[in-house]
Amino acid sequence: MDRGRLRGTCDRGLLVGSDMSLKTPLGRVLGLGSAKEGTDHWWGQRVSAVAMIVLGSWFVYSLLRLDSLTYLDVIRFIGVPLNAVLLSLLSLTLAYHSYLGVQVVIEDYVHAPGTKVVSLLLSRFAHVFVAIAAVYAILVIGIGS
Amino acid sequence: MSNSGRPLSPHLSIYRWPITMVLSILHRMTGVAMSIGLVVLAAWLMQAAAGPEAYLGFTTTMSTFIGKLFLVAWSFAFFFHAANGIRHLVWDTGRGFDKRQADRSAWIVVAFAALATAAFWWAAT
Repeated sequence: MDRGRLRGTCDRGLLVGSDMSLKTPLGRVLGLGSAKEGTDHWWGQRVSAVAMIVLGSWFVYSLLRLDSLTYLDVIRFIGVPLNAVLLSLLSLTLAYHSYLGVQVVIEDYVHAPGTKVVSLLLSRFAHVFVAIAAVYAILVIGIGS
Repeated sequence: MSNSGRPLSPHLSIYRWPITMVLSILHRMTGVAMSIGLVVLAAWLMQAAAGPEAYLGFTTTMSTFIGKLFLVAWSFAFFFHAANGIRHLVWDTGRGFDKRQADRSAWIVVAFAALATAAFWWAAT
Protein backbone atom coordinates (compact mmCIF):
# COMPACT_ATOMS: atom_id res chain seq x y z
CA MET A 1 0.00 0.00 0.00
CA ASP A 2 1.37 3.42 -0.82
CA ARG A 3 0.92 6.15 1.72
CA GLY A 4 -0.44 8.63 -0.81
CA ARG A 5 -3.52 6.58 -1.48
CA LEU A 6 -4.13 5.97 2.19
CA ARG A 7 -3.82 9.72 2.88
CA GLY A 8 -6.23 10.45 0.05
CA THR A 9 -8.84 8.23 1.61
CA CYS A 10 -8.39 9.92 4.96
CA ASP A 11 -8.66 13.37 3.40
CA ARG A 12 -11.88 12.50 1.70
CA GLY A 13 -13.22 11.08 4.93
CA LEU A 14 -12.38 14.29 6.74
CA LEU A 15 -14.00 16.37 4.04
CA VAL A 16 -17.22 14.44 4.26
CA GLY A 17 -17.13 14.72 8.03
CA SER A 18 -16.59 18.46 7.96
CA ASP A 19 -19.28 19.04 5.37
CA MET A 20 -21.58 20.57 7.91
CA SER A 21 -25.13 20.71 6.70
CA LEU A 22 -28.11 22.15 8.44
CA LYS A 23 -30.19 19.25 7.22
CA THR A 24 -31.18 16.81 9.88
CA PRO A 25 -30.08 13.18 9.46
CA LEU A 26 -33.71 12.29 8.78
CA GLY A 27 -34.09 14.96 6.11
CA ARG A 28 -30.95 13.69 4.41
CA VAL A 29 -32.26 10.15 3.94
CA LEU A 30 -35.93 10.88 3.24
CA GLY A 31 -36.86 9.81 -0.27
CA LEU A 32 -33.64 7.87 -0.72
CA GLY A 33 -34.47 4.63 1.02
CA SER A 34 -37.13 2.03 1.22
CA ALA A 35 -40.53 3.03 -0.04
CA LYS A 36 -41.94 0.23 2.10
CA GLU A 37 -42.31 -1.83 -1.05
CA GLY A 38 -39.24 -3.95 -0.59
CA THR A 39 -41.08 -7.27 -0.62
CA ASP A 40 -43.56 -6.43 -3.38
CA HIS A 41 -41.44 -7.82 -6.21
CA TRP A 42 -40.57 -10.99 -4.33
CA TRP A 43 -44.11 -11.58 -3.14
CA GLY A 44 -45.69 -10.80 -6.52
CA GLN A 45 -43.38 -13.34 -8.12
CA ARG A 46 -44.40 -16.04 -5.63
CA VAL A 47 -48.14 -15.33 -5.90
CA SER A 48 -48.03 -15.40 -9.71
CA ALA A 49 -45.88 -18.54 -9.54
CA VAL A 50 -48.52 -20.35 -7.50
CA ALA A 51 -51.22 -19.13 -9.87
CA MET A 52 -49.16 -20.36 -12.82
CA ILE A 53 -48.96 -23.88 -11.35
CA VAL A 54 -52.76 -24.04 -11.44
CA LEU A 55 -53.27 -22.23 -14.77
CA GLY A 56 -50.33 -24.00 -16.43
CA SER A 57 -51.61 -27.43 -15.40
CA TRP A 58 -55.03 -26.52 -16.77
CA PHE A 59 -53.49 -25.34 -20.04
CA VAL A 60 -51.43 -28.53 -20.53
CA TYR A 61 -54.48 -30.64 -19.71
CA SER A 62 -56.62 -28.61 -22.15
CA LEU A 63 -54.07 -28.88 -24.95
CA LEU A 64 -54.02 -32.65 -24.54
CA ARG A 65 -57.82 -32.82 -24.55
CA LEU A 66 -58.16 -30.82 -27.74
CA ASP A 67 -58.86 -33.00 -30.77
CA SER A 68 -56.53 -30.89 -32.86
CA LEU A 69 -55.06 -27.42 -33.08
CA THR A 70 -56.94 -26.66 -36.29
CA TYR A 71 -58.83 -23.37 -36.58
CA LEU A 72 -62.29 -24.77 -35.83
CA ASP A 73 -61.21 -26.78 -32.79
CA VAL A 74 -59.33 -23.86 -31.28
CA ILE A 75 -62.21 -21.42 -31.91
CA ARG A 76 -64.65 -23.88 -30.35
CA PHE A 77 -62.36 -24.29 -27.32
CA ILE A 78 -62.01 -20.54 -26.71
CA GLY A 79 -65.75 -20.15 -27.35
CA VAL A 80 -66.45 -21.92 -24.06
CA PRO A 81 -66.70 -19.04 -21.53
CA LEU A 82 -64.77 -20.78 -18.74
CA ASN A 83 -61.93 -21.56 -21.15
CA ALA A 84 -61.84 -17.94 -22.31
CA VAL A 85 -61.67 -16.69 -18.71
CA LEU A 86 -58.94 -19.14 -17.72
CA LEU A 87 -56.95 -18.46 -20.88
CA SER A 88 -57.17 -14.70 -20.22
CA LEU A 89 -56.05 -15.22 -16.63
CA LEU A 90 -53.18 -17.38 -17.87
CA SER A 91 -52.06 -14.72 -20.35
CA LEU A 92 -52.18 -11.94 -17.75
CA THR A 93 -50.50 -13.95 -14.99
CA LEU A 94 -47.85 -15.22 -17.38
CA ALA A 95 -47.15 -11.69 -18.64
CA TYR A 96 -46.86 -10.38 -15.07
CA HIS A 97 -44.62 -13.25 -13.93
CA SER A 98 -42.52 -12.91 -17.09
CA TYR A 99 -42.16 -9.16 -16.57
CA LEU A 100 -40.90 -9.64 -13.02
CA GLY A 101 -38.41 -12.28 -14.16
CA VAL A 102 -37.10 -10.38 -17.17
CA GLN A 103 -36.75 -7.29 -14.97
CA VAL A 104 -34.35 -9.16 -12.66
CA VAL A 105 -32.40 -10.51 -15.63
CA ILE A 106 -31.99 -6.99 -17.05
CA GLU A 107 -30.99 -5.58 -13.67
CA ASP A 108 -28.40 -8.34 -13.31
CA TYR A 109 -26.77 -8.12 -16.72
CA VAL A 110 -27.32 -4.61 -18.07
CA HIS A 111 -25.05 -2.25 -16.19
CA ALA A 112 -24.97 0.97 -18.22
CA PRO A 113 -27.60 3.21 -16.57
CA GLY A 114 -29.11 4.48 -19.84
CA THR A 115 -29.31 1.08 -21.51
CA LYS A 116 -30.73 -0.37 -18.33
CA VAL A 117 -33.59 2.10 -18.07
CA VAL A 118 -34.37 1.76 -21.79
CA SER A 119 -34.33 -2.06 -21.56
CA LEU A 120 -36.62 -2.03 -18.53
CA LEU A 121 -39.02 0.33 -20.29
CA LEU A 122 -39.04 -1.74 -23.49
CA SER A 123 -39.62 -4.91 -21.47
CA ARG A 124 -42.52 -3.30 -19.65
CA PHE A 125 -44.11 -1.99 -22.86
CA ALA A 126 -43.64 -5.33 -24.62
CA HIS A 127 -45.20 -7.26 -21.74
CA VAL A 128 -48.23 -4.96 -21.54
CA PHE A 129 -48.62 -5.15 -25.32
CA VAL A 130 -48.49 -8.95 -25.37
CA ALA A 131 -50.91 -9.24 -22.43
CA ILE A 132 -53.46 -6.89 -24.05
CA ALA A 133 -53.06 -8.59 -27.44
CA ALA A 134 -53.74 -12.03 -25.95
CA VAL A 135 -56.78 -10.93 -23.94
CA TYR A 136 -58.19 -8.91 -26.85
CA ALA A 137 -57.83 -11.90 -29.18
CA ILE A 138 -59.61 -14.15 -26.68
CA LEU A 139 -62.44 -11.61 -26.36
CA VAL A 140 -62.83 -11.32 -30.13
CA ILE A 141 -63.00 -15.09 -30.51
CA GLY A 142 -65.27 -15.53 -27.50
CA ILE A 143 -67.76 -12.86 -28.52
CA GLY A 144 -67.62 -13.84 -32.19
CA SER A 145 -68.46 -17.47 -31.62
CA MET B 1 -4.87 -8.37 -11.37
CA SER B 2 -1.83 -7.62 -9.25
CA ASN B 3 -2.30 -10.39 -6.69
CA SER B 4 -0.96 -13.22 -8.86
CA GLY B 5 0.19 -16.23 -6.91
CA ARG B 6 -2.55 -15.87 -4.33
CA PRO B 7 -5.20 -18.56 -4.34
CA LEU B 8 -8.34 -17.59 -6.19
CA SER B 9 -11.76 -19.09 -5.86
CA PRO B 10 -12.35 -21.65 -8.62
CA HIS B 11 -13.06 -20.04 -11.95
CA LEU B 12 -16.22 -21.15 -13.78
CA SER B 13 -14.27 -22.87 -16.57
CA ILE B 14 -12.33 -25.21 -14.26
CA TYR B 15 -15.07 -25.70 -11.71
CA ARG B 16 -16.91 -29.02 -11.76
CA TRP B 17 -20.47 -27.78 -11.91
CA PRO B 18 -22.64 -29.05 -9.07
CA ILE B 19 -26.09 -30.10 -10.27
CA THR B 20 -27.68 -27.37 -8.14
CA MET B 21 -25.69 -24.74 -10.03
CA VAL B 22 -26.75 -26.15 -13.40
CA LEU B 23 -30.40 -26.00 -12.33
CA SER B 24 -30.09 -22.45 -11.07
CA ILE B 25 -28.84 -21.34 -14.49
CA LEU B 26 -31.40 -23.49 -16.32
CA HIS B 27 -34.20 -21.95 -14.27
CA ARG B 28 -33.30 -18.51 -15.56
CA MET B 29 -32.72 -19.73 -19.13
CA THR B 30 -36.05 -21.58 -19.30
CA GLY B 31 -37.76 -18.52 -17.82
CA VAL B 32 -36.37 -16.25 -20.53
CA ALA B 33 -37.21 -18.88 -23.17
CA MET B 34 -40.83 -18.86 -22.03
CA SER B 35 -40.93 -15.07 -22.07
CA ILE B 36 -40.25 -15.42 -25.80
CA GLY B 37 -42.82 -18.24 -25.89
CA LEU B 38 -45.36 -15.83 -24.43
CA VAL B 39 -45.04 -13.72 -27.58
CA VAL B 40 -45.77 -16.81 -29.68
CA LEU B 41 -48.75 -17.68 -27.45
CA ALA B 42 -50.17 -14.19 -28.01
CA ALA B 43 -49.45 -14.48 -31.76
CA TRP B 44 -51.30 -17.81 -31.81
CA LEU B 45 -54.38 -16.18 -30.23
CA MET B 46 -54.15 -13.07 -32.42
CA GLN B 47 -53.95 -15.16 -35.59
CA ALA B 48 -56.90 -17.24 -34.44
CA ALA B 49 -58.87 -14.02 -33.88
CA ALA B 50 -57.80 -12.74 -37.30
CA GLY B 51 -59.49 -15.63 -39.11
CA PRO B 52 -58.93 -19.05 -40.69
CA GLU B 53 -56.39 -17.92 -43.29
CA ALA B 54 -54.14 -16.06 -40.87
CA TYR B 55 -54.42 -18.97 -38.46
CA LEU B 56 -53.42 -21.45 -41.15
CA GLY B 57 -50.31 -19.37 -41.79
CA PHE B 58 -49.40 -19.61 -38.12
CA THR B 59 -49.90 -23.37 -37.83
CA THR B 60 -48.01 -23.94 -41.08
CA THR B 61 -45.03 -22.07 -39.67
CA MET B 62 -45.16 -23.95 -36.39
CA SER B 63 -45.47 -27.28 -38.20
CA THR B 64 -42.06 -26.94 -39.82
CA PHE B 65 -39.17 -28.87 -38.31
CA ILE B 66 -37.75 -25.75 -36.65
CA GLY B 67 -41.20 -24.77 -35.42
CA LYS B 68 -41.70 -28.18 -33.83
CA LEU B 69 -38.23 -28.01 -32.31
CA PHE B 70 -39.18 -24.75 -30.61
CA LEU B 71 -42.46 -26.23 -29.37
CA VAL B 72 -40.67 -29.20 -27.82
CA ALA B 73 -38.12 -26.85 -26.25
CA TRP B 74 -40.89 -24.67 -24.81
CA SER B 75 -42.72 -27.67 -23.40
CA PHE B 76 -39.52 -28.81 -21.70
CA ALA B 77 -38.93 -25.26 -20.44
CA PHE B 78 -42.46 -25.22 -19.02
CA PHE B 79 -42.18 -28.53 -17.17
CA PHE B 80 -38.68 -27.74 -15.92
CA HIS B 81 -39.48 -24.20 -14.76
CA ALA B 82 -42.70 -25.36 -13.09
CA ALA B 83 -41.02 -28.22 -11.20
CA ASN B 84 -38.00 -26.15 -10.23
CA GLY B 85 -40.33 -23.30 -9.30
CA ILE B 86 -42.09 -25.61 -6.85
CA ARG B 87 -38.61 -26.50 -5.53
CA HIS B 88 -38.03 -22.80 -4.96
CA LEU B 89 -41.40 -22.42 -3.22
CA VAL B 90 -40.46 -25.26 -0.86
CA TRP B 91 -37.17 -23.49 -0.14
CA ASP B 92 -39.18 -20.35 0.66
CA THR B 93 -40.67 -22.23 3.60
CA GLY B 94 -37.15 -22.83 4.90
CA ARG B 95 -37.08 -26.53 4.03
CA GLY B 96 -34.80 -28.59 1.80
CA PHE B 97 -31.62 -26.53 2.03
CA ASP B 98 -29.47 -29.43 3.21
CA LYS B 99 -26.83 -30.21 0.56
CA ARG B 100 -28.05 -33.80 0.06
CA GLN B 101 -31.69 -32.71 -0.09
CA ALA B 102 -30.91 -29.94 -2.59
CA ASP B 103 -29.00 -32.40 -4.81
CA ARG B 104 -31.79 -34.94 -4.60
CA SER B 105 -34.57 -32.45 -5.37
CA ALA B 106 -32.47 -31.21 -8.30
CA TRP B 107 -32.36 -34.67 -9.86
CA ILE B 108 -36.07 -35.16 -9.22
CA VAL B 109 -36.75 -31.92 -11.11
CA VAL B 110 -34.55 -33.02 -14.04
CA ALA B 111 -36.19 -36.45 -14.16
CA PHE B 112 -39.69 -34.96 -13.95
CA ALA B 113 -39.04 -32.41 -16.69
CA ALA B 114 -37.64 -35.04 -19.06
CA LEU B 115 -40.43 -37.56 -18.36
CA ALA B 116 -43.22 -34.98 -18.49
CA THR B 117 -41.96 -33.61 -21.81
CA ALA B 118 -41.79 -37.12 -23.29
CA ALA B 119 -45.22 -38.04 -21.88
CA PHE B 120 -46.77 -34.80 -23.16
CA TRP B 121 -45.64 -35.35 -26.72
CA TRP B 122 -46.47 -39.03 -26.57
CA ALA B 123 -50.01 -38.13 -25.48
CA ALA B 124 -50.30 -35.25 -27.93
CA THR B 125 -49.37 -37.19 -31.05
